[in-house]
Parts: sequence; structure tokens; C-alpha cells
Amino acid sequence: MVEKKKWLPRWFYQLASPRWCYQICGKLLPGFAVAALILLLGGIVWALLFAPADYQQGNSFRIIYLHVPSAILAQSCYMMMAVAGAIGLIWKMKVADMVAKSCAPIGATMAVLALLTGAIWGKPTWGSWWVWDARLTSMLILLFLYLGVMALNSAIESESTAAQASAVLSLVGLVNIPIIKYSVDWWNTLHQPATFTLTERPAMPAEMWVPLLMMVVGFYCFFAVSLMLRLRNEILRRERRAGWVRDLLLSK
Amino acid sequence: MSFNSFTEFLSMGGHGLYVWLSYALGLAVILLNLVAPLMERSRLVAQLKRRLQRENQSP
Repeated sequence: MVEKKKWLPRWFYQLASPRWCYQICGKLLPGFAVAALILLLGGIVWALLFAPADYQQGNSFRIIYLHVPSAILAQSCYMMMAVAGAIGLIWKMKVADMVAKSCAPIGATMAVLALLTGAIWGKPTWGSWWVWDARLTSMLILLFLYLGVMALNSAIESESTAAQASAVLSLVGLVNIPIIKYSVDWWNTLHQPATFTLTERPAMPAEMWVPLLMMVVGFYCFFAVSLMLRLRNEILRRERRAGWVRDLLLSK
Repeated sequence: MSFNSFTEFLSMGGHGLYVWLSYALGLAVILLNLVAPLMERSRLVAQLKRRLQRENQSP
């Protein structure tokens, strides 16, 4: 007889408990909030005041410090939403559904920010607010996918059906993520290739990329804060009949 | 410091409008993503508390 073993770590099962998840988010929130505040403030001051101007683009290149982090986050957030949706589909885990639902509005606003800062940056650099270029178009599709997931979530009354439908949509839309990533290599495009790669040193000097790295990490910390705030709301709303939520409300 | 004066900092070498518009949008999006869930939380807690009180009053 083969003994049936738990092949996933213990915290994975604990995550399935809304109560445990609510509490651990509450404990993690202040740390991430402080980290986000320090990194974003420090990054913005460095980006605006101390980073040297680009020799071709002058000072308009400072938009990169918002454009790149928001674009990276929009894609990471989408992948997280799709993975959480898949976990919810496979293991019927309520918390995973709530995570997927909470990811959508944050990712949508990040996609909007990436598109708008890109348009604003494109005007002085390319001479046009918008071109129907592979990178820009695939990013616009990402925004529409987010809006589709949000619309599905709000249109379907039953929470579990809404979660299933939006999980399927986000999994299908996952094919867009590599298209965004490789669009600058596959098609002739105005958009420049990736600023950061894992294997090579950045082509820019350190006083330019260190603040960019700070902004990227800061955006991730901010994402964690916003996601946990939304997740806690979602847990309270769906678990409103549970005893521990009643106790929590009465103790306030 | 890459600017000599405050006016130079504001004008961003002629690209001031683009840079400041981007940063204003960035700040707005970040704040929106923090304020919206916090307001939703206070609304939700108040609503759930009222419901709980109603249920306790009429057994």
C-alpha cells in the first residue's frame, strides 16, 4: 500500500481558510504599506530630481519610471489572476476565487496607467499619441480582458458561477501575455525592447536603473497592499454569516 | 541634482507638460487603488453591523 501523502505545503491548505487568510493579510499589510511608501517616495524623488536626463529624449524619459513599473505590474497581476482562477477551478478554493476577483480592478487601472503614460511619452518621442503597433495593441487587449473579467464578475449573480466564468476567460486570455512580451521581437515596432532582462546588465547607467528598480519593487509592494485590502473586504462580504465575522463586527 | 533652478525643474527642458501629466496620473491611480478599498471597507462594515443589529433585535 502506498501511503497517501500531502504533496503541497501546509500553508497552501491554510490559505483555503478565509479566516486564516484574513488574519495573515492583516498582519502583512503594515509592512508592505511602509515598504511601498518608502520605495515609491524614494524612487519618485530620485527619478525626478537626481536621475540624469537622457541624451536623446531629454527629460521626457522620466516617464519611464511610471510606464515600465505599471506595464510590468499589469502583466504580473494578470498572471496572478489567471493562476488564482485556475486554483479556484481545480481545487474549488473560495479564497483563490476572491484573489482572482480582487486582482482584476487593480490590473485594469495599471493597464490604463501604462497605456496613458505610454501615449503621453509617445507624443514628444514618436510625434504621435497612439500608433497601431503590436506592443500597444496587445496591451490594449490586456485592458479589454481585465474589463471583460470585471464585467463577468458583476454580471453573474451566483458567486461560484461568476468565479468559474471569469477564471475561464482569464485562462484563455493568458495567451496574450507572451504576445505582449515578444511583440517587440516578433514584429517591426516603434516600441523599444525590454529595459530589464534577467540575464543581462541594463544598458543604462546605474543612476538611471536603480530608481527604476526601486519603482518596480515599490509598485509590487503597493499592489500587495491594494490586493490585501480588497481581499479582506471580499472575505468579510462573503463570510458575513460566519461566526468569526460576527464576533469581529461586534468587537468593533 | 540634474536641475539648476526650480523653474528649470518645472519646465523639464520643454517637456514639463508630459512629465507632470504622467506623474499626476500615476499618483491618482495609486491613490485611487488605496482609497477605494478603504472606503468600501468602512461602508461594508457599517452595513454588516446594521444587519447584525437588526437580526439581534428581532429573534
